Amino acid sequence: MAKDETVANKKTVAGKRKKEPITESLVAPGHRACAGCGELLAARLVMNAAGKNVIATCATGCLEVVSSAYPQSAWKMPWIHSLFENPAAVAAGIEAALKALGREDEAHVIAQGGDGATADIGVGCLSGMLERGHNVLYVCYDNEAYMNTGVQRSGLTPFEASTTTAPSGKISWGKTTDKKTMPEIAAAHGIPYVATASVGYYKDLEKKVKKALSIKGPKYLQIHCPCPLGWIHDPALTIKVAQTAVQTGLIPLFEIEYGKVTSVRKIVKRKPVEEYLKLQGRFRHLFKKPGGEEEIKNIQAIADENIRKYSLI
Amino acid sequence: MMKKVIEGSMAVAEAVKVCRPHVISAYPITPQTHIVENLSQMVADGELKAEFINVESEFGAASVILGASVTGARAYSTTTAQGLLLMAEVLFNIAGLRLPVSITCANRSLSAPINIWNDHQDAMTVRDSGWIQLYAEDCQEVADMQIQAYKIGENPEISLPVMVNMDGFILTHAFEPVELIDQKIADEFLPPYKPEVYLTTKNPVTFGILAEPQYYMETRYRLQQAIEASKQVIEDVANEFKKVFGRYAGGLVDKYRLDGAKTAVVAMGSVVGTIREVVDELRGKGEKVGLLKIRAFRPFPKEVVYDALKGVDNIIIMEKALSLGFGGILLNETKAVFYGKEKQPRMSGFIAGLGGRDVPNKSIIKAVKKAESEMLEDSFVDLREELIGIGE
Ligand SMILES: Cc1ncc(C[n+]2csc(CCOP(=O)(O)OP(=O)(O)O)c2C)c(N)n1
Ligand SMILES: [Mg+2]
Repeated sequence: MAKDETVANKKTVAGKRKKEPITESLVAPGHRACAGCGELLAARLVMNAAGKNVIATCATGCLEVVSSAYPQSAWKMPWIHSLFENPAAVAAGIEAALKALGREDEAHVIAQGGDGATADIGVGCLSGMLERGHNVLYVCYDNEAYMNTGVQRSGLTPFEASTTTAPSGKISWGKTTDKKTMPEIAAAHGIPYVATASVGYYKDLEKKVKKALSIKGPKYLQIHCPCPLGWIHDPALTIKVAQTAVQTGLIPLFEIEYGKVTSVRKIVKRKPVEEYLKLQGRFRHLFKKPGGEEEIKNIQAIADENIRKYSLI
Repeated sequence: MMKKVIEGSMAVAEAVKVCRPHVISAYPITPQTHIVENLSQMVADGELKAEFINVESEFGAASVILGASVTGARAYSTTTAQGLLLMAEVLFNIAGLRLPVSITCANRSLSAPINIWNDHQDAMTVRDSGWIQLYAEDCQEVADMQIQAYKIGENPEISLPVMVNMDGFILTHAFEPVELIDQKIADEFLPPYKPEVYLTTKNPVTFGILAEPQYYMETRYRLQQAIEASKQVIEDVANEFKKVFGRYAGGLVDKYRLDGAKTAVVAMGSVVGTIREVVDELRGKGEKVGLLKIRAFRPFPKEVVYDALKGVDNIIIMEKALSLGFGGILLNETKAVFYGKEKQPRMSGFIAGLGGRDVPNKSIIKAVKKAESEMLEDSFVDLREELIGIGE
């Protein structure tokens, strides 16, 4: 996104556009993220929607590495990176301390982690935080692999994507299982709010951040963030790739409150999964190897099932 | 102040209570359970105003107290053995972040084979984590040490986490007369924790930065400087404690009947109590034996140890841990103290009491006698030879 999201051109009552003063972004530019990085964009959208009164934790991963190399930091709010697997537990400690010190009203606590930090190595800490009912918003930036260490497979890597540890090969189609149903797992804790979002739909994303922060208790937000390097697509296409994922039904956008689906983003013009797959090098083998057509049908079936399950059409 | 016969775990819980921790987070593991149960009850009864976070693992517990401490709270946890190892990654992180939390480690052996009884292999394994490590001899000392721990760690010049070690079962489950610390006096001794920087929207700071090769070394240098500087603070705090409470169990070390001694036994933890009796017995027979109790294993008090032992001919190190592939840890660190020094007493090392095997007076006497005639390295005390095919 070329412009700062906080520079909103709001419509006046009369319908004319009025320029708002430029407010600074809470995630500063000048960080080291790759061009077209969906994760950094998502983090910026989250923080700017959340506003100034935030204390944030962050897992080890791309987001932390590109933003906090001493002596610089992109984070304008109080922020801590501890380890790969503990942003939820550190956030729980922060929330408990704010309570004990009578500073509960000082800030929202936001925990952040990549898909690996969230769905794999840190899932124990996350589950504990959700179960104990901490007033924390957990944000999972889902770029569908361990990007920081070189595009290795995670539990949120989609079916038949090629990664460096589950590559396509002479006898392999890439990952043999589909994405772990992490939002549903979070929702199964019976927490007040779970939502999925995409950097392709930033208004929806911002709305969900604001809504989450208006609710007391544990919240889980999973944001689909393309990674041009890992997914092998043109950095200029990040938003298009993200939007296409949603339009095919592969990434359903929904809200779940206390275990019940309360809203879904309907697909206006449904696209076949090929349109999404062919944008990315990580699915290239599906179009090259004999038998690929059959495999694409299996991926279409995943999208179809999402559409049915969440009534996306 | 009143003296009560209470369990060691209760003595710790009472001591933690007067430290007024804001956040406690722990996961149960034998033989630490009574400590967390007592603290939970205190919180449930409103006697202790703290957030008690029952976590899903020790890894979570360590992470929760990390988060609490970096927000400006005084934070506490307790664990042992497998739990301590599960915390290991966070322990190093806490020290690197310079957060003065404290944990009580109810020392227990490491699996496999699984064994819930006492030795020091757990804490010794994380000795290079940057934590200050103190070892207590009895229930009174562990209670007193706990309040000293926060005072040492929270010293702005130090700003380091402190692990208070107490022998599992031998102390955690022992009933001893313990003088409880009065809250009012405790408050004077240990003022509220007021860190200079912490997570607050009033002064947004980034913690846990990435330090590239041009910056990392200096953070380790500073850490080493701080833990070295804590030697003086440990001594000062022990002396101040003595002034306020009238009790002194040693600073970095505690010397017992070392004056004129030809032989010195060096040890840590509850076995020190048994060694005291042995020293008295041997002294009674005219033998010139003394004892050096190591209270602070990290920082290792090199200078103080040298001073205390330079006059003896024969040093016997009794320890409940070993570095597999090298041998006695306390033995080799004590040896290092004497490297290049004028005095070179003979040093023998004994590994004793692993996995909770009793270390009775007679075994210590036997070791002392053995070491009088020959130098022994890593001699296992009371090995059951019939189990390992020796002497068949
Ligand atoms: C305990 C531990 N194991 C492994 C690593 C190495 N590591 C650092 S980041 C990372 C992957 C991060 O993946 P993800 O959470 O998806 O974040 P991303 O980089 O993709 O944004 C790995 C494997 C580590 N730092 N700590
Ligand atoms: Mg990732």
